[in-house]
Parts: sequence; C-alpha cells; structure tokens
Amino acid sequence: MLKVEEQQPVEFSPALIEKFGEIIGRYPQGKQKSALLPMLHEVQAELGWLSTVAMDKVAARLDIQPIEVYEVASFYTMYFLRPQGKYMLEVCRTGPCCLVGAEKLMNHIEDRLGVKEGEVTPDGLFSWRGVECLAACGYGPVLQIGPEYTFYENLDEQKVDALIEDLRKK
Amino acid sequence: MSDTVKVTIDGITVEVAPGTTILNAARQIGGDIVPPAMCYYSKLEGSGGKCRTCIVKVSKGSEKDPRPMPKLVASCRTTVMDGMEVLNITSPEVIEARSGVVEMLLINHPLDCPVCDQAGECDLQNLGYEHGLQKTRYEFERRTFERIDIGDKIQLHMNRCILCYRCVFTADQITNKRVHGILNRGDHSEISTYIQTAVDNDFSGNVIDVCPVGALTDKTFRFKNRVWFTKPIDAHRDCPTCSGKVTLWYKGEDVLRVTARKDVYGEVEEFICNTCRFDKKKTADWTIEHPTHISDASVIASNHYETLKPLPVIQDNPQLQQANKVELEKTTKF
Amino acid sequence: MARKLLLEHINVPGINTLDVYRQKGGYRAVEKALKTLTPDEVVEEVKKSGLRGRGGAGFPTGMKWSFLAKPEGVPRYLVCNADESEPGTFKDRYLMTHIPHALIEGMIVSSFALGANTSYIYVRGEMMPQIRILERAIAEAKNAGFLGKNILGSGYDLELYVQPGGGAYICGEETALLESLEGKRGNPRIKPPFPAIAGLYGCPTVVNNVESIAAVVPIVNDGGDEYAKIGIGRSTGTKLISASGNLVRPGVYEIELGLPVEEFIYSDEWCGGIANGKRLKATVAGGSSVPILPANLTLKLANGEPRLMSYESLSEGGFATGTMMGSGGFIAFDEDQCIVRNTWNFSRFYHHESCGQCSPCREGTGWMEKVLHRIEYGHGKMSDIDLLVDVSKKIEGNTICPLGDAAAWPVASAIRHFRDEFEWHVNEPVKSLDTNYGLANYAEPIAKAEVTTGN
Repeated sequence: MLKVEEQQPVEFSPALIEKFGEIIGRYPQGKQKSALLPMLHEVQAELGWLSTVAMDKVAARLDIQPIEVYEVASFYTMYFLRPQGKYMLEVCRTGPCCLVGAEKLMNHIEDRLGVKEGEVTPDGLFSWRGVECLAACGYGPVLQIGPEYTFYENLDEQKVDALIEDLRKK
Repeated sequence: MSDTVKVTIDGITVEVAPGTTILNAARQIGGDIVPPAMCYYSKLEGSGGKCRTCIVKVSKGSEKDPRPMPKLVASCRTTVMDGMEVLNITSPEVIEARSGVVEMLLINHPLDCPVCDQAGECDLQNLGYEHGLQKTRYEFERRTFERIDIGDKIQLHMNRCILCYRCVFTADQITNKRVHGILNRGDHSEISTYIQTAVDNDFSGNVIDVCPVGALTDKTFRFKNRVWFTKPIDAHRDCPTCSGKVTLWYKGEDVLRVTARKDVYGEVEEFICNTCRFDKKKTADWTIEHPTHISDASVIASNHYETLKPLPVIQDNPQLQQANKVELEKTTKF
Repeated sequence: MARKLLLEHINVPGINTLDVYRQKGGYRAVEKALKTLTPDEVVEEVKKSGLRGRGGAGFPTGMKWSFLAKPEGVPRYLVCNADESEPGTFKDRYLMTHIPHALIEGMIVSSFALGANTSYIYVRGEMMPQIRILERAIAEAKNAGFLGKNILGSGYDLELYVQPGGGAYICGEETALLESLEGKRGNPRIKPPFPAIAGLYGCPTVVNNVESIAAVVPIVNDGGDEYAKIGIGRSTGTKLISASGNLVRPGVYEIELGLPVEEFIYSDEWCGGIANGKRLKATVAGGSSVPILPANLTLKLANGEPRLMSYESLSEGGFATGTMMGSGGFIAFDEDQCIVRNTWNFSRFYHHESCGQCSPCREGTGWMEKVLHRIEYGHGKMSDIDLLVDVSKKIEGNTICPLGDAAAWPVASAIRHFRDEFEWHVNEPVKSLDTNYGLANYAEPIAKAEVTTGN
C-alpha cells in the first residue's frame, strides 16, 4: 500500500477551476467522469504532482468516489503520486531508441544529475526516468519534459548537458 | 426466436434460454464438464472474463454459422448460439491451455497453503491439484506485498490475490460506497484503499466470501482452526439487515465463524450482513436447521456427517445393522 | 516520384494553418461530402477504396463502418485513435504535428458518414504539443464554419474534442481506449459486444486510427475507385511508414503499397540504406509486436521472390517465414545489434504495459522478461530458450485483448529465426556481455524454401 507522504491542504487556482468547467462541458450530461484524465493533467501541471488531497477534490468535483480517482491515477504512468523534481526528464528506453544510444544517454544523465532513476536532485530541480516508447522512434534518442511535454530529439551527451544547463539557469 | 437454444458441451446437449453463457449452460448440465471459474460470479454483474481458467473450445459456432471460433473463448462471457458445440474436458487443447493459465496464476502465488485459512476451501488450491505441475518452472523471486487490515475484521493478503475483481464488484454492487479498488497496473496491480481507510459498512464482510483464494480472510477466524476440522451447519436468525441465512462453522460446541451459504460452485446464495457474520457467534443467536451439504470431493467432507451414512449394503440387512449399532447411533445424533 | 495523398503538401510553409491548408485544396472533401453526398454514399466510397485500418489490424475501414448499429434516438460516436504507442511507430505524431487539418477534415467527413454529432480524438497524453496543435486547429476550423452547428448550411452539427490519455500503451486497444475516454482504467473490455454495437457510453461507436481517418479525405475528393487503383491487390492506397533504427534517413515516408522492401530500405528516395556503411541484420516491419525477420527473409520471400511492402506480401509465409504490416513501424537492425537484447527490451515494454487484467498476460509477460534478462546478462540456461517458447504459447491467444499476442510474437519469432544467437548467449555468458554475435548467416541468400515448422 502506498503511504501518504503529504496531507497538505491544496487550493486550486481560479483559472484551474474554470478550466474544470470547460473540460466537463465536453461530455454528455452524466458522463462527467470522462473529464478525469484531462483534469488530473491540469492539476498536475499546476501542483507538480497529485496528492491524495488534490485527488479527493477532483473526486468531489466529478461526484465520484475518491478510490475511482486513485485507481485511474495509479494506472497511468504520467501521473506522479509523489513529488518530483521541477523538471522531470523522461527518456525513451524502448527498442528503436536503444538502437541509437538511449541506454548510454540514460547512464550519462544519471552521472550528470547524480541521482538514480526516480529520485530528485537535492536542489529539487531535476528528476529523470526511463519511459516506454514515446512514438518518435525515427528521431531517437528522445526525451520529454512536462508539464507541456516539450520534446527533444536526436540527442547526444552534449545536447543533454546543454539542456540541463539551460534549465538550471531558468 | 424460439424460447430455447440447443448447445452441446462435451457431447452432452442441453436446451437453455437465449443469452445464457456457455458456463451457465454447462452448470445446467453439471458434473465434470463445468469449466472452473475463478473470477466469474453469477451474482456480480460484469464479473468474469479475466482469469481465463474457464476457457473452452467452440468447435461449431452455431447451426447458422457452423465455423469454429478461431481462439479459445472465456465460457463465462460467451453466450451460446443455437446448435453451438463446445469442447471442454474432451479437448486436449483446452486442458493444456488451462494448465498454462493455472501455472501463470501460481508463479507469483506464495503457496503458503499450510498457513492459509482458505486452505481446504480454496478454488486455486483445487485448480492447482487438478491442473498444476508438481514442480514450478518459475525461478525468480515471487512478488510480495505487506499484509494489511482493511477494517478491523478483514485482512488482505495481497500476495495470494489473483486479481479476480470480485471484491471490487461486490463493494460496487452490494455496499453503498466503495473505498477499495485496484491500484497500479500489470503485475504490480494490487487491491488497496490507497490511503489507510477502513472498509467499513454493513455488507463489507461479503468480500471474504466472494474471494476465491485466501487474499481476503476473516480476522475473527484467523488461525482458529483448519476448515476441515470444523463442522458446517445451516442456521438462520431474524435479521433486520439481511436474510439471516448463514452457515455456522462449529468446532465442538463453539461457533468459530459464520459465512453466507454457498452453492456447489462456491457462490453465496444470499449476501449476509456484518452483524450476522462477525457478531453472532453463539448457538443461542441462531435457529439451527441442518448440517450443510458438503461435496464428497471436498476435504471438508472427510470429517463430515454425511459420509458416515451406512453403506447401502448395511441399510438393507438387519444383521449388519445390528453389528454396526454403535457406529450407526453416532450418525443419527444430528 | 511516388504519389502522395497525405503528405503531398507537408513541406509547404504554414500548412499547419487553416488558410494555407485551404489554399492547397483543404476542406474540399468536407464541402463535397456535406453538400453533394449522403452519409451512405461516403461510406460506399470508403468501401470501394479498399482502405484497410492503418492502426495495425488492417481491417477494412468501410466494412467496419457498415457494422455500426443505428438504433433510433441513440447517439453514435466516432473516436479517433491517436494513442500512437507501438514501438517503431511515429507516423500519427508526424501527421498531427505538421498537417493537423488533414485529420480534422477527415474527422468531419467521417463523422458525417457515420452520423456522429460528437467526436473525440484520443491523443496519448505524452503528445501534449500535438494536443495543443489540434486544439488550435479545431478552433480555426470552427471559426471557419467547418465545425459546430449547421456546418456549411447542410443542417449537420458536429462538435470535435481532443482527449488526452494518461500514459498507457494498452489504450491503443480500442475498447481500452473507450474505457479511458470514460475516465476509467484502461482495461480492455471483454468482447462481444463490439464497439459498433456498444462502445462509448454504451452507444454504437467507431474507433479509427489517425491515418485511416486522414485517408478518407483523398478518398472522398478523388473517389474510392481512384484510391483503389493505387497499391497492389487488396493493399490499396498509400501508407505512412515510420522508419527507424539503423537507417541513413529514418523518418516518416508515404509509400504506395507494393513497393519492394529492398527499394524502401536502400533507395535514396526512401531510407537510403543502412547507417554507417553497415549491413542489415534484421527488421521488424510493422511495429514491435510483429515477428522479427532476418535480413534475408525481409528482402525476399521464402521462394526467392522479392518481398513487397503490402499487407499480403509481408505476411507471406505465415509466421514461419513472414511477418505483418502492422502499423507500419519499420525498424532496421544493423549487424552490430544484439537480437537477444532487443527481444528483452521489447518484452520489458510489454511487461510494463500489460494492464494486469487477465492472468496469462499479467504473469506471463513478466516471466518472459525475467528469463530474457537472465539470458542477456549471462545467467541463462539452454532450457530457458524452450521455456520462453512455451510461455509465449501459453499467453498467445489466451488473453482478453491482443496485447498478449503482441507480447508473445516478438519472443517466439526471435527464437524461431535467431535461435543460434540465443544459444551463443547461453554458451558464452562472459563474451556475450560485451561482444555481439554479429551478422552470422542472417543475411545470406535464401537457398530454398524453408521447412515450415508450424506455429
């Protein structure tokens, strides 16, 4: 069972609450549960991860049981159930990218950031992890960074170093 | 459309209502040809299709379209067509595939039957005996989870779970609010409340009865006894919440546990409330009906009254009856 | 130059905007369909075109459409499957990024044909940039009167929405996609009922791949018969091929079906050969799920004739010597690639992506991954190879959805064709850690028809 790390109260911004309304409007009456995945993306974009408190609020907005949200959030890989670094570098680790050096690149990122897969750097800025196929196999190795999932293609060690430096300066 | 359709399962033809599944048609025939079902539960809508133990071969689709189905199908979720022909235990292909499914179900199972309260009434144990290999081919560490209490009366042993989803359907359909569900995915999936919430409502205890394995067990019965040393008796009480029709499991004078009454396929006849299940453990709480019928094939029957019925040869012969007087008196005690 | 139907204007600057797209003839199909054709006539054109589903299964799109139930008073839905996640496939991303209006135009025409008034494009969540692109394009189309109420005065209403996924390969399976669109875990449904009878919200639903939907545009513009003239046999039209791996020019190519595989790999018009002057060892021709083939069987059929890029030619020889078109994810492996490692990598993918609903896939994918990991890292046993084949057989065909098959085929086919390489890994546990088995005889000419071993 997952332990709750933080039970901090959360406030959604007015913009987010308005966005919820727009999303729910996309579906027929009574089918508002369809809004769950897009809403969770929006919440994560605002808060960085999905705490139990935040998920409970989403459940209340959609008039569903909290467990229905937990079930969904834990099924899909994009939702973070614990805090991550501000920049989560997600590197494709599947076959075609590995043919062109994704594994080497991940080792490099691990060395460079000094943290293991899934861990957060002490300054709270970075996490990294290998993810399954990102559907950009012809441009590998690739990585993406949320919440807008900006995409970086044809990477090598120098390009990744430059990227990390840029993000650090931001 | 006629009122019934004809389906032949392992050479035995039966007429059933349209819309009946192959599994339920087989249950109408009964006996060995009934496919085993680990996840299907006739009282739970939407259940079935997941465990794949009930797969059968459809060798003839229907009278109208006699083509066989290309793959083995889950008999619990495939409806019969008029003239359909199905092979279950007469198909080596089915038996092999089913053995494969059983092997898959067991590779991450802890095989801790010696300390599992479900032993003796466990569907997976039965399936393992019938289809399992003597030795596992799986040489890796098995998946483990922490044992947790979901509520003060129910314990969840996730290691033993086969993810049949029955308890989730039960919570959805029998109780008013579901707080547990399936978290994560793939072979990391687990039954959980995610946060430490107790599963707490009048009917939550039914998840114990629907669980085909020892994943959800009754804490009030935990390690009290092996089921085959207990004697089941059907009883009822006037319960304001449920039907009050239960089975009491006795050891000597004591009621060790209370369960719903189960049919020959291990399904409860009627769901019971937690008061009946957990709080009424005195004979005085109940009106005793009769010993529960237990199948001769069950290990529980080895210690059961019905097997002590005098053999037919004795029943017919006054001299033998006289010779076995002491034994026969024992059998009429209840 | 081969004919291009989808990517003809891909290099035109600003083609991602409505204005430029219209200048290049965009939205003609919407005008033609809504003003001059009935929905049934559109379906008829698609049937005539012979278009086959471009997502992987290759089921005729027109036939799929004609199965849609049409009960009175029940809404019908069209859902576009843009959950592109099959390793080796990235054509939908390309199309949506560069020419989003092609998809939107296709959605409008297809929705009209099916009588859907609300349609969804389910895009995998990782493609957030593409989601934004589509949302912008939808807004443009709506402003121009191609979406909303009474489109072009035809009386036909359509609302189109983009739905993000959450990160799950399994949602590319159409019923899992519908579950996900309903806000649930992406567990595939047990069929029947099929979506054409009970799909989204229990209503009749058609789920089509991005490329299939986009292909409806040229079909309506030029007529199904014209479309069917392109290609070969039952493989009509053009197909987007995602080429990746060790190629000189990986990328997305639109080919006329029937192009020889050899020409596709080596011609300068296409992939330009194997990168770094190396030789071809093997290919996966249709996305990671389809059987892997050694170089010789990639280029030639077992009888020595050239293999073509078409549904029929790629599957020629069954699984003994053939593979499948799949989603058109063409992955090339050069002589220095390790088949064992790649097989392990793919099987890790399927293990990771199994939804966990049915037992053979949930347990079997993990088992195969562990055994392959052991072989790759020098701890394998000779008996592991047969064990893998056996486990793959116990998964294949026994699961709720095709993910079980997709997980089993790459393993079974790798062992079928590259068994000596697996054995070498077992026999040379140390050497195989940093040396590769190499090209071996995988590229040698096919001497004679191989004996079919079944399976």
